[in-house]
Amino acid sequence: MSEQPEPIVAQELARPIARRRLWFALPILVFVGIAAALVFGLGRQGDEHARDLPSALIDKPLPAFTLPPVEGYEVGLSDADIKAAGVSILNVFASWCGPCQVEHPIWMAYAKQSDAVPLFGLNSKDQPENAANWLKKLGDPYKLIGADRDGRVSIDFGVYGVPETFVIDATGRIVLKHIGVMTRKDLDQTILPLIARLKG
Amino acid sequence: MRWVLALATVLLLVAPLATRAAVDRPLDDRALEARALKLHQEIRCLVCQGQSIADSNATLAFDLRALVRERVAAGDSDATVLDFLHARYGDFVLLEPPVKPATYALWFGPPVLLVIGGLAVFVVLRRTRRPNDAALKPLSEAERRALEPLLRDDGR
Repeated sequence: MSEQPEPIVAQELARPIARRRLWFALPILVFVGIAAALVFGLGRQGDEHARDLPSALIDKPLPAFTLPPVEGYEVGLSDADIKAAGVSILNVFASWCGPCQVEHPIWMAYAKQSDAVPLFGLNSKDQPENAANWLKKLGDPYKLIGADRDGRVSIDFGVYGVPETFVIDATGRIVLKHIGVMTRKDLDQTILPLIARLKG
Repeated sequence: MRWVLALATVLLLVAPLATRAAVDRPLDDRALEARALKLHQEIRCLVCQGQSIADSNATLAFDLRALVRERVAAGDSDATVLDFLHARYGDFVLLEPPVKPATYALWFGPPVLLVIGGLAVFVVLRRTRRPNDAALKPLSEAERRALEPLLRDDGR
């Protein structure tokens, strides 16, 4: 009975402890890594623009469209109007859209600037009289406005959350899409420098 | 009393007209409608972002459902309809994202992790069995001698 086989557990224990620890730690590290990435992704939801979707239309030419005027106006809006205007801004708005009212003063102020590029309006899915009243009450910063009653042109522009704002270069390509309320900060830090670059 | 009832009836009948009539109008052709409904399930509602346009009550989802029906009725293939929306709204509009470098992690991550996990389990199981086999050394001469009588008389 002197030559008893060494117990298995003892053999297992005899392997270098540091190496075993490493192997146990590996799956845990992988798990922690994936979990951290996911938590970081969720955390980004707090960011105002985290849920903004990249536009499929960036660097693409303006979709072709011709829209009738808003009630009480003489002229509507077409892609040719925007192309003829050179570097310009197209703002999608509606009277039923609360955030549009929030950003409206920004556009009123911008339109008065001496170096302002033409600002066009796309009135999305609005009742004619509501749109007319809205513009009468709050003011009209737009050079031309197209009334997109059934929202089809908005769909062509990939609009999913009014207000949206597009910056268009001199060749009629869409360079930037801004989703949601335009703030003073967004305008000053992103939109205007971009326009200056496009013009220069 | 009578006219009150009559008025109530009339009001009940016109009430639905007052709310915006956001009711889907199915296509007359059963086969085309079935195709449109299937496509609705594959298109994401961009407003709610977690639902297909079939499940969403958002105005945009309603408009896109109508648009899909229109295009299907006009003779577009399923792929053409999806391409139409993809050109406007990008990858996100498709509930099943296309396979491309940006989505490799999404498509191949889970199977790759499964294979790695499977290999790890395989390796660990083999590792733990090997010392077991090694421990089964043949009996020594002393052990055999001690065992023999026990086996012969059933341990008596």
